[in-house]
Amino acid sequence: MTTRDPIHPELEAVEIHGMNRASFLLKGVLGAGALLGASAVTPFVSNALAASGSSDVDILNFALTLEYLETDFYQSKGKQLGLSGEAKSYARSFGAEEAEHVTALTKAIRAAGGTPVKKPTFAFPVSDQKSFLKLAYTLENVGVGAYNGAGPSLKSKELLIAAGEIVQVEARHAATVAVITHRAITPHGAFDKALTKHQVLAKAGPLIKR
Amino acid sequence: MTDAIPRQDEHDGPGVVERIARDDVERKRFLKMAGKGVGGAAIASSLGAFIAACGSSSGGSGGSGAAAAAPTTAATTMSSSSTAMSGDLAIVNYALTLEYLESQFYAKVASSGLFKGSVLKTLKTFGGEESEHVVALHKVAASLGTPAAQPSGKFPIKSAAQVAKLAASVENLGAAAYLGQAARIQSREVLAAALSIHSIEARHAATLNLLTKQNPTPNGAFAKPMTMAQVLKVVKPFIA
Repeated sequence: MTTRDPIHPELEAVEIHGMNRASFLLKGVLGAGALLGASAVTPFVSNALAASGSSDVDILNFALTLEYLETDFYQSKGKQLGLSGEAKSYARSFGAEEAEHVTALTKAIRAAGGTPVKKPTFAFPVSDQKSFLKLAYTLENVGVGAYNGAGPSLKSKELLIAAGEIVQVEARHAATVAVITHRAITPHGAFDKALTKHQVLAKAGPLIKR
Repeated sequence: MTDAIPRQDEHDGPGVVERIARDDVERKRFLKMAGKGVGGAAIASSLGAFIAACGSSSGGSGGSGAAAAAPTTAATTMSSSSTAMSGDLAIVNYALTLEYLESQFYAKVASSGLFKGSVLKTLKTFGGEESEHVVALHKVAASLGTPAAQPSGKFPIKSAAQVAKLAASVENLGAAAYLGQAARIQSREVLAAALSIHSIEARHAATLNLLTKQNPTPNGAFAKPMTMAQVLKVVKPFIA
Protein backbone atom coordinates (compact mmCIF):
# COMPACT_ATOMS: atom_id res chain seq x y z
CA MET A 1 0.00 0.00 0.00
CA THR A 2 1.44 3.31 -1.08
CA THR A 3 0.24 6.78 -1.88
CA ARG A 4 0.43 5.77 -5.50
CA ASP A 5 -2.92 4.16 -4.84
CA PRO A 6 -5.22 6.58 -6.56
CA ILE A 7 -8.31 7.73 -4.77
CA HIS A 8 -9.98 7.65 -8.13
CA PRO A 9 -8.06 5.43 -10.54
CA GLU A 10 -9.30 7.38 -13.56
CA LEU A 11 -7.44 10.43 -12.28
CA GLU A 12 -4.11 8.81 -12.93
CA ALA A 13 -4.80 9.62 -16.55
CA VAL A 14 -5.10 13.27 -15.67
CA GLU A 15 -1.91 13.49 -13.68
CA ILE A 16 0.74 14.60 -16.10
CA HIS A 17 4.24 15.56 -15.05
CA GLY A 18 6.28 18.45 -16.24
CA MET A 19 3.55 20.37 -17.98
CA ASN A 20 3.48 24.09 -18.10
CA ARG A 21 0.75 25.92 -16.31
CA ALA A 22 -1.42 26.58 -19.35
CA SER A 23 -1.38 23.04 -20.65
CA PHE A 24 -1.91 21.73 -17.14
CA LEU A 25 -4.97 23.89 -16.70
CA LEU A 26 -6.34 22.99 -20.05
CA LYS A 27 -5.78 19.27 -19.72
CA GLY A 28 -6.66 19.27 -16.04
CA VAL A 29 -9.95 21.03 -16.56
CA LEU A 30 -10.81 19.00 -19.60
CA GLY A 31 -9.76 15.70 -18.10
CA ALA A 32 -11.07 16.01 -14.57
CA GLY A 33 -14.02 18.05 -15.74
CA ALA A 34 -15.09 15.33 -18.10
CA LEU A 35 -14.92 12.76 -15.35
CA LEU A 36 -16.39 14.66 -12.46
CA GLY A 37 -18.23 17.61 -13.92
CA ALA A 38 -16.40 20.82 -14.69
CA SER A 39 -17.79 22.56 -11.60
CA ALA A 40 -15.97 20.08 -9.40
CA VAL A 41 -12.51 21.26 -10.30
CA THR A 42 -12.74 24.96 -11.06
CA PRO A 43 -12.08 26.47 -7.62
CA PHE A 44 -9.19 24.21 -6.87
CA VAL A 45 -7.64 24.80 -10.24
CA SER A 46 -7.85 28.51 -9.65
CA ASN A 47 -6.12 27.96 -6.31
CA ALA A 48 -3.43 26.05 -8.13
CA LEU A 49 -3.11 28.86 -10.62
CA ALA A 50 -2.53 31.24 -7.76
CA ALA A 51 -0.04 28.88 -6.17
CA SER A 52 1.88 28.51 -9.41
CA GLY A 53 3.03 32.10 -8.91
CA SER A 54 4.79 30.67 -5.86
CA SER A 55 4.49 33.69 -3.60
CA ASP A 56 4.50 32.68 0.04
CA VAL A 57 0.85 33.69 0.36
CA ASP A 58 -0.07 31.50 -2.61
CA ILE A 59 1.74 28.53 -1.12
CA LEU A 60 0.09 29.09 2.25
CA ASN A 61 -3.33 29.31 0.62
CA PHE A 62 -2.67 26.05 -1.16
CA ALA A 63 -1.71 24.50 2.18
CA LEU A 64 -4.77 26.07 3.83
CA THR A 65 -7.04 24.38 1.30
CA LEU A 66 -5.50 21.02 2.13
CA GLU A 67 -5.81 21.66 5.86
CA TYR A 68 -9.47 22.60 5.42
CA LEU A 69 -9.92 19.35 3.56
CA GLU A 70 -8.27 17.28 6.27
CA THR A 71 -10.14 19.04 9.06
CA ASP A 72 -13.48 18.52 7.36
CA PHE A 73 -12.62 14.92 6.65
CA TYR A 74 -11.78 14.07 10.26
CA GLN A 75 -14.37 16.24 11.93
CA SER A 76 -17.45 16.06 9.67
CA LYS A 77 -16.98 12.78 7.86
CA GLY A 78 -15.57 11.06 10.91
CA LYS A 79 -18.55 12.08 12.97
CA GLN A 80 -21.02 11.14 10.27
CA LEU A 81 -19.62 7.63 9.94
CA GLY A 82 -19.72 6.86 13.65
CA LEU A 83 -16.16 5.61 14.03
CA SER A 84 -15.10 3.38 16.89
CA GLY A 85 -11.99 2.46 18.85
CA GLU A 86 -8.61 3.88 17.88
CA ALA A 87 -10.02 5.27 14.64
CA LYS A 88 -12.47 7.36 16.64
CA SER A 89 -9.94 8.73 19.09
CA TYR A 90 -7.31 9.50 16.46
CA ALA A 91 -9.86 11.09 14.13
CA ARG A 92 -10.80 13.37 17.01
CA SER A 93 -7.26 14.37 17.98
CA PHE A 94 -5.94 14.59 14.42
CA GLY A 95 -9.00 16.60 13.37
CA ALA A 96 -8.31 19.06 16.17
CA GLU A 97 -4.67 19.35 15.09
CA GLU A 98 -5.63 19.96 11.44
CA ALA A 99 -8.04 22.64 12.68
CA GLU A 100 -5.12 24.30 14.48
CA HIS A 101 -3.19 24.24 11.22
CA VAL A 102 -6.13 25.99 9.55
CA THR A 103 -6.11 28.70 12.23
CA ALA A 104 -2.35 29.17 12.06
CA LEU A 105 -2.22 29.31 8.27
CA THR A 106 -5.14 31.76 8.16
CA LYS A 107 -3.34 34.04 10.58
CA ALA A 108 -0.05 33.68 8.71
CA ILE A 109 -1.70 34.59 5.40
CA ARG A 110 -3.28 37.70 6.94
CA ALA A 111 0.01 38.63 8.62
CA ALA A 112 1.71 38.40 5.22
CA GLY A 113 -0.87 40.80 3.77
CA GLY A 114 -2.80 38.12 1.86
CA THR A 115 -6.41 37.00 1.81
CA PRO A 116 -7.05 33.49 3.09
CA VAL A 117 -9.06 31.26 0.75
CA LYS A 118 -12.57 30.46 1.89
CA LYS A 119 -13.34 27.01 3.16
CA PRO A 120 -14.40 24.87 0.20
CA THR A 121 -17.12 22.24 0.23
CA PHE A 122 -15.88 18.68 0.17
CA ALA A 123 -17.24 15.26 -0.71
CA PHE A 124 -15.45 12.18 0.56
CA PRO A 125 -16.11 8.86 -1.14
CA VAL A 126 -16.03 6.79 2.05
CA SER A 127 -18.79 4.70 3.54
CA ASP A 128 -17.33 2.95 6.54
CA GLN A 129 -14.40 2.94 8.95
CA LYS A 130 -12.24 0.88 6.64
CA SER A 131 -12.60 3.19 3.66
CA PHE A 132 -12.30 6.21 5.98
CA LEU A 133 -8.92 5.02 7.25
CA LYS A 134 -7.76 4.20 3.74
CA LEU A 135 -8.51 7.73 2.61
CA ALA A 136 -6.98 9.14 5.81
CA TYR A 137 -3.75 7.35 4.93
CA THR A 138 -3.79 8.79 1.42
CA LEU A 139 -4.62 12.31 2.57
CA GLU A 140 -1.93 12.42 5.25
CA ASN A 141 0.69 11.14 2.84
CA VAL A 142 -0.39 13.69 0.25
CA GLY A 143 -0.08 16.34 2.96
CA VAL A 144 3.49 15.29 3.70
CA GLY A 145 4.39 15.35 0.02
CA ALA A 146 2.70 18.71 -0.50
CA TYR A 147 4.57 20.45 2.32
CA ASN A 148 7.86 18.80 1.40
CA GLY A 149 7.34 19.95 -2.18
CA ALA A 150 6.43 23.52 -1.26
CA GLY A 151 8.95 24.04 1.56
CA PRO A 152 11.99 24.97 -0.56
CA SER A 153 9.90 27.58 -2.45
CA LEU A 154 8.99 29.53 0.68
CA LYS A 155 10.90 32.77 0.80
CA SER A 156 10.27 33.53 4.47
CA LYS A 157 12.42 31.50 6.84
CA GLU A 158 9.83 31.95 9.54
CA LEU A 159 7.16 30.42 7.32
CA LEU A 160 9.52 27.60 6.40
CA ILE A 161 9.88 26.76 10.09
CA ALA A 162 6.10 26.89 10.49
CA ALA A 163 5.65 24.59 7.49
CA GLY A 164 8.25 22.24 8.98
CA GLU A 165 6.41 22.15 12.29
CA ILE A 166 3.23 21.23 10.43
CA VAL A 167 4.68 18.68 8.01
CA GLN A 168 6.25 16.76 10.87
CA VAL A 169 2.79 16.42 12.40
CA GLU A 170 1.31 15.30 9.06
CA ALA A 171 4.03 12.64 8.86
CA ARG A 172 3.23 11.52 12.40
CA HIS A 173 -0.45 11.26 11.48
CA ALA A 174 0.39 9.27 8.34
CA ALA A 175 2.52 6.84 10.34
CA THR A 176 -0.17 6.42 12.97
CA VAL A 177 -2.82 5.58 10.40
CA ALA A 178 -0.33 3.21 8.76
CA VAL A 179 0.30 1.40 12.04
CA ILE A 180 -3.35 0.95 12.98
CA THR A 181 -4.28 -0.23 9.48
CA HIS A 182 -1.13 -2.28 8.79
CA ARG A 183 -0.07 -0.17 5.84
CA ALA A 184 3.46 0.92 4.95
CA ILE A 185 4.83 3.35 7.57
CA THR A 186 7.37 4.71 5.10
CA PRO A 187 5.64 4.21 1.76
CA HIS A 188 8.55 5.66 -0.22
CA GLY A 189 11.35 4.09 1.78
CA ALA A 190 14.09 6.16 3.39
CA PHE A 191 13.24 9.45 1.63
CA ASP A 192 9.81 10.99 1.49
CA LYS A 193 8.72 12.20 -1.91
CA ALA A 194 8.00 15.82 -2.55
CA LEU A 195 4.83 16.29 -4.56
CA THR A 196 4.29 19.03 -7.09
CA LYS A 197 1.11 21.05 -6.94
CA HIS A 198 -0.13 19.13 -9.95
CA GLN A 199 0.38 15.83 -8.20
CA VAL A 200 -1.36 17.09 -5.08
CA LEU A 201 -4.27 18.31 -7.16
CA ALA A 202 -4.62 14.99 -8.89
CA LYS A 203 -5.07 13.32 -5.51
CA ALA A 204 -7.04 15.90 -3.58
CA GLY A 205 -8.82 17.92 -6.27
CA PRO A 206 -11.64 15.44 -6.87
CA LEU A 207 -12.67 15.70 -3.22
CA ILE A 208 -13.33 19.42 -3.55
CA LYS A 209 -16.78 20.29 -4.82
CA ARG A 210 -16.79 24.08 -4.72
CA MET B 1 3.99 34.95 12.40
CA THR B 2 1.17 34.02 14.66
CA ASP B 3 0.81 33.09 18.29
CA ALA B 4 -0.34 29.65 17.22
CA ILE B 5 2.95 28.79 15.61
CA PRO B 6 5.76 28.44 18.12
CA ARG B 7 8.85 30.28 17.12
CA GLN B 8 12.21 28.70 16.91
CA ASP B 9 14.36 29.52 19.91
CA GLU B 10 15.61 33.04 19.64
CA HIS B 11 19.05 32.02 20.75
CA ASP B 12 19.44 29.73 17.79
CA GLY B 13 21.72 32.07 15.97
CA PRO B 14 24.84 30.52 14.56
CA GLY B 15 25.10 26.84 15.36
CA VAL B 16 27.38 25.63 18.07
CA VAL B 17 29.76 24.16 15.55
CA GLU B 18 30.06 27.40 13.63
CA ARG B 19 30.47 29.39 16.81
CA ILE B 20 33.21 27.06 17.88
CA ALA B 21 34.87 27.29 14.50
CA ARG B 22 34.85 31.05 14.64
CA ASP B 23 35.71 31.69 18.21
CA ASP B 24 38.77 30.17 19.72
CA VAL B 25 37.71 30.95 23.28
CA GLU B 26 34.32 29.39 22.69
CA ARG B 27 35.99 26.40 21.09
CA LYS B 28 38.34 25.83 24.02
CA ARG B 29 35.46 26.19 26.44
CA PHE B 30 33.44 23.64 24.50
CA LEU B 31 36.27 21.16 24.33
CA LYS B 32 36.86 21.56 28.04
CA MET B 33 33.17 21.07 28.72
CA ALA B 34 33.02 18.07 26.40
CA GLY B 35 36.11 16.64 28.07
CA LYS B 36 34.33 16.53 31.40
CA GLY B 37 31.58 14.31 30.03
CA VAL B 38 31.96 10.59 29.53
CA GLY B 39 33.62 10.10 26.18
CA GLY B 40 34.19 13.78 25.76
CA ALA B 41 37.30 13.24 23.71
CA ALA B 42 35.38 11.22 21.15
CA ILE B 43 32.68 13.80 20.67
CA ALA B 44 35.34 16.42 20.39
CA SER B 45 37.08 14.43 17.68
CA SER B 46 33.89 13.73 15.74
CA LEU B 47 32.98 17.38 16.00
CA GLY B 48 36.50 18.15 14.94
CA ALA B 49 35.56 17.02 11.44
CA PHE B 50 32.80 19.63 11.28
CA ILE B 51 35.07 22.27 12.66
CA ALA B 52 37.86 21.48 10.24
CA ALA B 53 35.51 21.31 7.28
CA CYS B 54 33.71 24.45 8.25
CA GLY B 55 36.91 26.33 8.88
CA SER B 56 38.69 25.24 5.75
CA SER B 57 36.11 26.61 3.37
CA SER B 58 35.33 29.85 5.16
CA GLY B 59 38.85 30.67 6.23
CA GLY B 60 40.59 29.31 3.18
CA SER B 61 43.24 27.64 5.32
CA GLY B 62 43.39 23.95 6.01
CA GLY B 63 43.89 23.91 9.77
CA SER B 64 40.90 24.20 12.03
CA GLY B 65 42.94 26.13 14.55
CA ALA B 66 43.88 28.83 12.08
CA ALA B 67 40.35 29.08 10.75
CA ALA B 68 38.93 29.17 14.23
CA ALA B 69 41.16 32.07 15.10
CA ALA B 70 40.00 34.03 12.06
CA PRO B 71 38.45 37.36 12.91
CA THR B 72 34.73 37.28 13.57
CA THR B 73 34.12 39.92 10.92
CA ALA B 74 34.79 37.33 8.24
CA ALA B 75 32.29 34.98 9.77
CA THR B 76 29.56 37.55 10.23
CA THR B 77 29.39 38.41 6.54
CA MET B 78 27.21 35.55 5.42
CA SER B 79 26.85 36.64 1.83
CA SER B 80 29.54 34.75 -0.02
CA SER B 81 28.67 31.39 -1.47
CA SER B 82 31.62 29.74 0.19
CA THR B 83 30.34 30.82 3.57
CA ALA B 84 26.88 29.54 2.74
CA MET B 85 28.40 26.28 1.64
CA SER B 86 30.39 25.92 4.84
CA GLY B 87 27.18 26.52 6.80
CA ASP B 88 25.40 23.79 4.89
CA LEU B 89 28.38 21.47 5.27
CA ALA B 90 28.32 21.90 9.03
CA ILE B 91 24.60 21.14 9.08
CA VAL B 92 24.95 18.13 6.79
CA ASN B 93 27.82 16.79 8.90
CA TYR B 94 25.76 17.29 12.03
CA ALA B 95 22.91 15.31 10.45
CA LEU B 96 25.37 12.69 9.22
CA THR B 97 26.71 12.23 12.74
CA LEU B 98 23.19 11.75 14.12
CA GLU B 99 22.35 9.28 11.36
CA TYR B 100 25.53 7.30 12.02
CA LEU B 101 24.48 7.00 15.65
CA GLU B 102 20.91 5.99 14.77
CA SER B 103 22.16 3.44 12.29
CA GLN B 104 24.58 1.92 14.83
CA PHE B 105 21.86 1.90 17.45
CA TYR B 106 19.40 -0.03 15.26
CA ALA B 107 22.09 -2.52 14.26
CA LYS B 108 22.71 -3.23 17.94
CA VAL B 109 18.99 -3.45 18.66
CA ALA B 110 18.35 -5.81 15.74
CA SER B 111 21.04 -8.21 16.95
CA SER B 112 20.08 -7.96 20.63
CA GLY B 113 17.54 -10.78 20.50
CA LEU B 114 15.09 -8.64 22.47
CA PHE B 115 12.60 -8.29 19.62
CA LYS B 116 10.72 -10.71 17.40
CA GLY B 117 8.16 -10.76 14.65
CA SER B 118 6.64 -7.59 13.27
CA VAL B 119 8.35 -5.30 15.80
CA LEU B 120 11.76 -6.69 14.86
CA LYS B 121 10.89 -6.30 11.19
CA THR B 122 9.89 -2.67 11.72
CA LEU B 123 13.07 -1.91 13.68
CA LYS B 124 15.16 -3.48 10.94
CA THR B 125 13.35 -1.43 8.31
CA PHE B 126 13.95 1.76 10.26
CA GLY B 127 17.61 0.84 10.75
CA GLY B 128 18.01 0.22 7.04
CA GLU B 129 16.48 3.61 6.30
CA GLU B 130 18.88 5.33 8.70
CA SER B 131 21.75 3.61 6.87
CA GLU B 132 20.42 5.01 3.61
CA HIS B 133 20.39 8.45 5.21
CA VAL B 134 24.04 7.97 6.16
CA VAL B 135 24.97 7.08 2.58
CA ALA B 136 23.05 10.01 1.14
CA LEU B 137 24.33 12.57 3.64
CA HIS B 138 27.88 11.32 3.24
CA LYS B 139 27.59 11.97 -0.49
CA VAL B 140 26.15 15.44 0.08
CA ALA B 141 28.90 16.26 2.59
CA ALA B 142 31.57 15.00 0.20
CA SER B 143 30.18 17.26 -2.51
CA LEU B 144 30.44 20.25 -0.15
CA GLY B 145 33.74 19.42 1.54
CA THR B 146 34.92 16.86 4.06
CA PRO B 147 32.34 14.47 5.54
CA ALA B 148 32.34 13.98 9.31
CA ALA B 149 34.05 10.84 10.56
CA GLN B 150 31.88 8.07 11.85
CA PRO B 151 31.46 8.40 15.61
CA SER B 152 31.49 5.35 17.84
CA GLY B 153 28.17 5.08 19.60
CA LYS B 154 27.42 3.33 22.87
CA PHE B 155 23.89 2.50 23.81
CA PRO B 156 22.41 0.81 26.87
CA ILE B 157 20.62 -2.33 25.65
CA LYS B 158 18.86 -3.90 28.63
CA SER B 159 15.26 -4.83 28.00
CA ALA B 160 12.78 -4.62 25.15
CA ALA B 161 10.78 -1.95 26.98
CA GLN B 162 13.85 0.17 27.73
CA VAL B 163 15.22 -0.15 24.20
CA ALA B 164 11.85 0.72 22.63
CA LYS B 165 11.66 3.81 24.79
CA LEU B 166 15.21 4.79 23.89
CA ALA B 167 14.43 4.25 20.20
CA ALA B 168 11.41 6.53 20.52
CA SER B 169 13.54 9.20 22.21
CA VAL B 170 16.22 8.90 19.52
CA GLU B 171 13.71 9.32 16.68
CA ASN B 172 11.87 12.21 18.31
CA LEU B 173 15.24 13.87 18.84
CA GLY B 174 16.18 13.24 15.22
CA ALA B 175 12.96 14.79 13.95
CA ALA B 176 13.46 17.83 16.19
CA ALA B 177 17.09 18.14 15.06
CA TYR B 178 16.18 18.28 11.37
CA LEU B 179 13.37 20.73 12.05
CA GLY B 180 15.79 22.93 13.96
CA GLN B 181 18.09 23.24 10.93
CA ALA B 182 15.55 23.66 8.11
CA ALA B 183 15.58 27.44 8.12
CA ARG B 184 19.38 27.61 8.35
CA ILE B 185 20.10 25.63 5.19
CA GLN B 186 21.15 27.81 2.26
CA SER B 187 20.97 25.41 -0.67
CA ARG B 188 17.52 24.52 -2.01
CA GLU B 189 18.75 21.04 -2.89
CA VAL B 190 20.14 20.38 0.57
CA LEU B 191 16.90 21.73 2.07
CA ALA B 192 14.80 19.42 -0.12
CA ALA B 193 16.95 16.46 0.95
CA ALA B 194 16.69 17.43 4.62
CA LEU B 195 12.91 17.73 4.35
CA SER B 196 12.64 14.32 2.73
CA ILE B 197 14.56 12.83 5.65
CA HIS B 198 12.84 14.94 8.32
CA SER B 199 9.41 13.46 7.65
CA ILE B 200 10.87 9.94 7.72
CA GLU B 201 12.28 10.58 11.19
CA ALA B 202 8.81 11.85 12.12
CA ARG B 203 7.18 8.66 10.83
CA HIS B 204 9.66 6.57 12.80
CA ALA B 205 9.09 8.66 15.90
CA ALA B 206 5.30 8.35 15.73
CA THR B 207 5.53 4.59 15.22
CA LEU B 208 7.82 4.12 18.20
CA ASN B 209 5.66 6.43 20.29
CA LEU B 210 2.70 4.15 19.54
CA LEU B 211 4.80 1.09 20.35
CA THR B 212 5.67 2.58 23.75
CA LYS B 213 2.10 3.81 24.42
CA GLN B 214 3.00 7.45 23.96
CA ASN B 215 1.19 10.14 22.01
CA PRO B 216 2.24 10.06 18.33
CA THR B 217 2.08 13.88 18.32
CA PRO B 218 3.59 14.69 21.72
CA ASN B 219 3.75 18.43 21.02
CA GLY B 220 0.28 18.66 19.53
CA ALA B 221 -0.40 20.34 16.19
CA PHE B 222 3.06 21.90 15.82
CA ALA B 223 6.25 19.90 16.23
CA LYS B 224 9.03 21.47 18.26
CA PRO B 225 12.44 22.15 16.76
CA MET B 226 15.66 21.73 18.74
CA THR B 227 18.86 23.66 18.26
CA MET B 228 22.17 21.99 17.52
CA ALA B 229 23.35 22.77 21.04
CA GLN B 230 20.27 21.21 22.61
CA VAL B 231 20.59 18.07 20.50
CA LEU B 232 24.32 17.63 21.06
CA LYS B 233 23.79 17.83 24.79
CA VAL B 234 21.36 14.94 24.67
CA VAL B 235 23.50 12.93 22.26
CA LYS B 236 26.77 13.32 24.13
CA PRO B 237 26.30 10.38 26.53
CA PHE B 238 25.78 8.06 23.57
CA ILE B 239 29.18 8.70 22.03
CA ALA B 240 31.91 6.36 23.25
